[in-house]
Amino acid sequence: MAKVMGLTGKVMGLNGNAAVAYAMKQINPDVIAAYPITPQTDCVERFAEYVSEGLVNTQFVTVESEHSAMSACIGAAAAGGRVMTATAANGLALMWEMLYIASSMRLPIVMMVTNRALSGNINIHCDHSDTMGARDAGWIQLFSENAQEAYDNIIQAVKIAEDLEVRLPVMVTQDGFIISHAVEQVKVLDDDLVQEFVGAYKPAYPLLDVTHPVTYGPLDLFDYYFEHKRSQIEAIDNCFPVIRRVGEEFGKISGRKYDLLETYKLEDAEYVVVALGSTCGTAKEAVNLLREKGKKVGLLKIRCFRPFPKEEIIKALVPRRGVAVLDRSVSFGGFGGPVFTEIRSALCDAPARPFIIDFFYGLGGRDIYVEDIEKALLQIEDVVQKGQVDQYIGYLGLRE
Amino acid sequence: MPSLKELAKRKEMLTPGHRLCAGCGAPIAVRLILMAADKPVIAASATGCLEVSTSIFPYTAWDIPWIHSAFENVAATIAGVESMYQAKKRKGEITEDIYFVAFGGDGGTYDIGLQALSGALERGHRFLYVCYNNEAYMNTGIQRSSATPLGAWTTTSPEGKAQPGKLQWRKNLTEIVVAHGIPYVAQSAPWNWRDLVNKAEKAFHTDGPSFLNVLASCNRGWRHATGDTLKIMQLAADCCIWPLYEVENGKYRLTYKPKEKKPVEEWLRVQGRFKHLFAPENRHLIEAIQAYVDREWESLLKKCE
Repeated sequence: MAKVMGLTGKVMGLNGNAAVAYAMKQINPDVIAAYPITPQTDCVERFAEYVSEGLVNTQFVTVESEHSAMSACIGAAAAGGRVMTATAANGLALMWEMLYIASSMRLPIVMMVTNRALSGNINIHCDHSDTMGARDAGWIQLFSENAQEAYDNIIQAVKIAEDLEVRLPVMVTQDGFIISHAVEQVKVLDDDLVQEFVGAYKPAYPLLDVTHPVTYGPLDLFDYYFEHKRSQIEAIDNCFPVIRRVGEEFGKISGRKYDLLETYKLEDAEYVVVALGSTCGTAKEAVNLLREKGKKVGLLKIRCFRPFPKEEIIKALVPRRGVAVLDRSVSFGGFGGPVFTEIRSALCDAPARPFIIDFFYGLGGRDIYVEDIEKALLQIEDVVQKGQVDQYIGYLGLRE
Repeated sequence: MPSLKELAKRKEMLTPGHRLCAGCGAPIAVRLILMAADKPVIAASATGCLEVSTSIFPYTAWDIPWIHSAFENVAATIAGVESMYQAKKRKGEITEDIYFVAFGGDGGTYDIGLQALSGALERGHRFLYVCYNNEAYMNTGIQRSSATPLGAWTTTSPEGKAQPGKLQWRKNLTEIVVAHGIPYVAQSAPWNWRDLVNKAEKAFHTDGPSFLNVLASCNRGWRHATGDTLKIMQLAADCCIWPLYEVENGKYRLTYKPKEKKPVEEWLRVQGRFKHLFAPENRHLIEAIQAYVDREWESLLKKCE
């Protein structure tokens, strides 16, 4: 069977943006509505070339703002077809209003976000303030460690979003510049295999069916709104089996299986670093170096941040002695960053909780080094040995 | 254009039972416009009176596919629907012709929705945009918009000792749309049903973007009796403050010429929102409004020559 274990396809030198654009070409959606913003631009430009060369038959809508990009995606998805877009940072912030409407209408839109710091001051480099700001918007959020994962996640996202048990929009992230502009070897699948994997779009209540008129986006007051939100809570909570199943199915065609989380040297680890995105690659190296020094350390990488895989995280972290969470965004005035807050909350009722501390790092594209992550792991070891936390929130790579 | 008898036989796309106020100009305009459609229609609405009053869950007054997503983006939303239609049509997955129409109030069009409108017009989607223009934010309780005429009372331009109502002239949105160079732009009002249906039919048949700026009186905001809606809008045309005209592929045509141009004072006098202008200290504003209307009217007549 030639289609097993990634034996088909080829290896290409692609940066993250190009890898996603290539996946979009292979998916060949009905409509893409997008607006340029650094560091996503490269992705949209490449897709525009595919359009110009006639390599896709997508209706490519070059809107006048991100707000209109998401609005057009909503209109297009409600019309009944496969819809994609891409943005970053302030563009995602401008879409904010529409993100909630897309998920509330249960529209399976797939969006790539190149993570970039939110203004102000204006900064074009990576942090997670954009997507973390959208974490409550009802979208599934999949984080990518590298260009390969960005490519793989985009393809899986289409299948997850459109599953009739899900019907929710999916955001696939990649770290701006770090992944989006760094060329890597990316194993791409054959076009027909991608098409076969995503399958034909299954319409549900399409506006374009004029013989069965439907009303989208009515006025929903105190007598029904709450019940609709309750069903939306149910919908996103029910996504876990589909995300896992699609991850397994993708493994069968590519040799690269995906789950909600990824663990690295975690089996016997006492001290664990938790991270998302490209930092996980750096963290693996830090774990290796500390392991060489005899430290029992490991990494928990969160791929699926929304819905938040509470059970799996409890299972992965409860047996540990200490957890150092890395947050690449700030919840100003909150108790730690968003990843820290969720993890502490998830472990609150665990019978034997590890100590958990948080580190802010990498804001506005500040590099994170292997030594920074080693420092975080050694600090949590120190906390455990002292038996108390002196400082819950720390900083990595900050001049003070 | 089909006869009135034929039009009356067409399916009502906006059905009775909606909760718009008695005397509201909006549903009259919407029904007349949709009556002009000889093919299936998909509609979108911006947030506003029309939207909230026709779609209170679990009811809907729309017997056609309809979508509302937000306030400032109805042009982008319908552009998305139309884009999916174009994609499916090109692939042969849809064969029938469908019309696409967006309805926005003046707040959703002149103000917060102007960018999305401009973008959709520039991109050339095949859709009709209808601004039902009641000259203020009526859904939120009568606040001034850039369509509100000078001197009008609204809750955010109240008349007082220091200010005589709204201080600014209204924006000429129809001309702004004309400047986009789209194939069909018109101004109309539902008091002249033939004019509005005729223009809507032309708009639906346009191969590209089309735009109708339709005066739609709000008796609550304009302060007039519910039964006077059409009369007051006709007066707007007779006083030349809301002329009916069209611009087809750049060519201007006046579609209603008043037998006798009435002084604008007659239009102002019948609406409570202009009551304060008749106080002696504000009379100069009526003269200023008349001068403004005269200038605009002369300019329009020149364009229509």
